[in-house]
Amino acid sequence: MRALLFRDLALAVKAGGGFGLSLAFFLIVVVLVPFGVGPDTGVLREVATGVLWVGALLACLLSLDRIFQLDYEDGSLDLLVTSPLPLEGLVAVKALAHWLTTGLPLTLVAPILGVLLNLDPSGFGWIVASLALGTPALSMIGTFGAALTVGLKRGGLLLSLLVLPLYVPTLIFGAETVRRAVDGFDNTTPLLMLSGITLGTLAILPFAAAAAIRINLR
Amino acid sequence: MELVVKNVACARGSLRVIEGVSFTLRAGEALVLRGPNGIGKTTLLRTIAGLQPALEGQIELPEDAVAYAGHADGLKGPLSVAQNLTFWASIYGTRGIECALEAFDMTALLDRQAQDLSAGQKRRLGLARMEVTGRPIWILDEPTVSLDAANTALFAAMVARHLDAGGIALMATHIELGLEAKVLDLTPFKARDDAPEPFLDGGFL
Repeated sequence: MRALLFRDLALAVKAGGGFGLSLAFFLIVVVLVPFGVGPDTGVLREVATGVLWVGALLACLLSLDRIFQLDYEDGSLDLLVTSPLPLEGLVAVKALAHWLTTGLPLTLVAPILGVLLNLDPSGFGWIVASLALGTPALSMIGTFGAALTVGLKRGGLLLSLLVLPLYVPTLIFGAETVRRAVDGFDNTTPLLMLSGITLGTLAILPFAAAAAIRINLR
Repeated sequence: MELVVKNVACARGSLRVIEGVSFTLRAGEALVLRGPNGIGKTTLLRTIAGLQPALEGQIELPEDAVAYAGHADGLKGPLSVAQNLTFWASIYGTRGIECALEAFDMTALLDRQAQDLSAGQKRRLGLARMEVTGRPIWILDEPTVSLDAANTALFAAMVARHLDAGGIALMATHIELGLEAKVLDLTPFKARDDAPEPFLDGGFL
């Protein structure tokens, strides 16, 4: 499993795939927002949390179709399925690799981009915390969506349509965690909900995704 | 160790292609599947490899014994020959890729990226992967495609070594490899009823 993780990370960096792409996309979206809503710092402060979360979510979406599609096309998915690796473990490793190449870098640059959006200083820690807790769920749900659409030609659009509605709870509670902290309220409840969603997806979706792959490979 | 296939029927998509296939392979034996295009050779091999369930019949084989090589080689272009083989060796928990490299005379290509290999070299790398799996039952789908005569001989020698070591090989090929192999022509097993299966989504239930 470790070999698979290292291979996926090496491929993500070498093939110029998911690694830089999502990060650059995130950067561009966040930079574009002030052009769209105007330079008023008050307005930007209001929307900063939401923009950072939506931007991270869309950036996450970009590289999802690569998770299984490349392996499917070159035949290595067939070989991995017949290998000694449990398919559920394979799915979990794929999701972890996706998170390490997208979710983690997004989390780390979010406070820097928060400066561009005039995010309230009390929100910097919380945006990192909420993204760190929420992005694993984004990767895992996305991996499930990718497993459902593996084998479909040009399945990227369908994948987005399937996955985006499933991202809604994570987005709501993730953004709420930061907003409440910035407004000076107690944010324990959304934080716990966010953690619960992430843990739930991590527990259930590897099995669902493995079942979807088995059916799609027939 | 035995591979027993009893009265197996299988489908490609929703189309039932072959039925009533039975054979038994013991350690050291090889079976070559023949038959016209579309008869279901690949479908049968994928079924035995466990990639899809059989519609009917039983397939009995020891657990974790199968290594499968399909039409695609499963190579990662940006990785080198050595990295590709080492990856599969660690997936299967085996060590040493030297014997696999020597089997196909690929030592000189060790650091070449897989995307810079020719079609025949890619195929050789894909077949060399079988050697590092350490699995006793090899299932090979058209293994000699894009191999030249010399490398086909190297491949035949690799399979012969595998059989001598007590392995089993099951392959679909039209080329005479010069191996002592049983031949099974699938033409008589063509499914008579070509109607689609009534429960298309049976797998989801």
